[in-house]
Amino acid sequence: MLLILIMTSVFGKLFFTAGIIFIVFFHPSVIFAQSPPFLIPPADFKAFDTPNDAGEAISLTWSVSPSDHPDIFYVIYTDKDKNGSFEKEAIRIKSNTGYRTSVPEIYGYKKENGDYHHVQIFPRKIFQGETLGKKQVYYFKLVMVAEDTKITLDTIASASARGNWLHTKKINNFAIMIILSAIILYFIVHARKNPNMFLRKIGGLDAVDDALGRATEMGKPVLFVHGLTGMGSISTIAATSILGRIARKIADYDANLKVVNNDPIVMSVSQEVVKESYLEAGRPDAYNPDNVFLVASEQFPYVAAVGGIMTRERPAANFFVGYFYAEALILAETGASTGAIQIAGTDAYTQLPFFITTCDYTLIGEELYAASAYLSREPMLMGTLRAQDVGKGILIIILIFGTLLASFGLKFITHLFEAF
Amino acid sequence: MNFLKRTIPLIIAFVMGVLMALQYYVPHKLSQDLLEVVTRWDRIIAGFAVFIGAYSLFHLHWTRIKRKVEGWGYSAFVFFGAIITLIFGLLNGGKFFWNDKQDGTMFDWLYYYIQVPAGATIFSILAFFIASAAYRTFRARTNESTVLLIAAIIVMLGRVPIGNYISQYIPAVADWIMAVPNLAAKRGILLGVSLGAIATSLKIIFGIERSYLGGGEQ
Repeated sequence: MLLILIMTSVFGKLFFTAGIIFIVFFHPSVIFAQSPPFLIPPADFKAFDTPNDAGEAISLTWSVSPSDHPDIFYVIYTDKDKNGSFEKEAIRIKSNTGYRTSVPEIYGYKKENGDYHHVQIFPRKIFQGETLGKKQVYYFKLVMVAEDTKITLDTIASASARGNWLHTKKINNFAIMIILSAIILYFIVHARKNPNMFLRKIGGLDAVDDALGRATEMGKPVLFVHGLTGMGSISTIAATSILGRIARKIADYDANLKVVNNDPIVMSVSQEVVKESYLEAGRPDAYNPDNVFLVASEQFPYVAAVGGIMTRERPAANFFVGYFYAEALILAETGASTGAIQIAGTDAYTQLPFFITTCDYTLIGEELYAASAYLSREPMLMGTLRAQDVGKGILIIILIFGTLLASFGLKFITHLFEAF
Repeated sequence: MNFLKRTIPLIIAFVMGVLMALQYYVPHKLSQDLLEVVTRWDRIIAGFAVFIGAYSLFHLHWTRIKRKVEGWGYSAFVFFGAIITLIFGLLNGGKFFWNDKQDGTMFDWLYYYIQVPAGATIFSILAFFIASAAYRTFRARTNESTVLLIAAIIVMLGRVPIGNYISQYIPAVADWIMAVPNLAAKRGILLGVSLGAIATSLKIIFGIERSYLGGGEQ
């Protein structure tokens, strides 16, 4: 500026005018200013009822635009009337986010999914407090917004949200369940006709008799420790079934059984199971309800209480059956330090290494579910074990087949078994 | 009596088992509402079951005190802890139990400064037990335990900075062990568990497995 003034005084008006023009047109703020964004509107704006839902969501989709940029937004306005004012903002997303690829359960795995945006709208939340019909149609307008510019698409998309009676993406799961159930039921029926079925030996379950015999000879109690999950868990149900079988044997041997629980419902079921087992063995007098008790309902107080019982009463055999968490190793190590025979059974794969390390025998995964049938030797229950093995065989064949296909770049089998 | 103790529970198990299995495949609101109602029932039953649990706990420890069995002092401490907690819970910071729960009361203090640290203490013992269990496991007495020992050393070194200092391949091998053989074994177990769970569910739904009702096959 100073330079221009000096030059003006030297060269006169002409240079003054040229200087002003230079400042106005070539000032840095003018040179480096961004030009207003030029928005190219997207196309194919559509709305449809989100499939496989309870009838709460509407899906919206539109093609990507060459103008998509983190600073540019897509805003969707909604109204109950096609000619309404569209004042309610349903959703606002950055234009470089929200693609169909993130929802394969709706659009599958097509290559072009990356060329389309997708959002989900929950109209009942947006129109909360307003009267809405069951078949209410909602209308949507798509607006592309830059800093100072916005363009509204002419297309008004509409849809109504309806609940679905069948989750079509879970049909694969349903089919697998039906096939496996049919196999299991077939072998149950088959086992009734052919009760002398061969079963592979399960070391942990064969050792149950030894453990109970040892406890009887030593005159020390047998401790049955439930996992931390409640009766809603399938592993706890399996554990109570095993408890019933063990209690029956203990009643026969006239040994002393103690069952510790951390859930009152599991405790009540366990009391019933043990009582019935003693009744079955013809020794109802030997049943003591005080031996099936609740020690604590929290994880670590449970550990402290059970550890205390182990160190004070020194049971001859410990059974850890059910679903365990971090307490598994503390319990099993404490039991190992007392010199008890220890048999564990769990489907908690994170705790399996700890049980394998510290227990004499461990029922791994499905062996927990097989235990009840194995111990009872009831033909119908044993039929399910054969069915499990056949099911595993089928899965192994599918896995090998899938691995081969995937090795050649064919991934359809992966998507066929995908869970949504 | 057998009808009440056996038949009705078996019918309930069958109906609810089939209903809840199908519920998983029906996304409709009615299906979701059914799930919510059943879950609520579960919570209500669990609420009542707390009284059964409390009775069992106090009955057990009262018997131990009465009979002066070995370690009965611990049982006395159960009553001491329960009474103190109950009193402060009912006092509710001077506002009493019929008002909303107050914050910063003695009841909270008992929880935050006694129960939580005591639980953390028990949890911390795990570190020592892991060390002793690892020592037993890693004694290379068989081929399997030798393989386990080598794999464990690689994984442990691969998870700490010194592994990378020794060789850049150690973290990569550790990742491979976790992502391939370890994951394969884990999935194998999970597949078996899933099959076992389906088989157990069917046995219960069709009344083949009845031991959870108490007793066996009759």
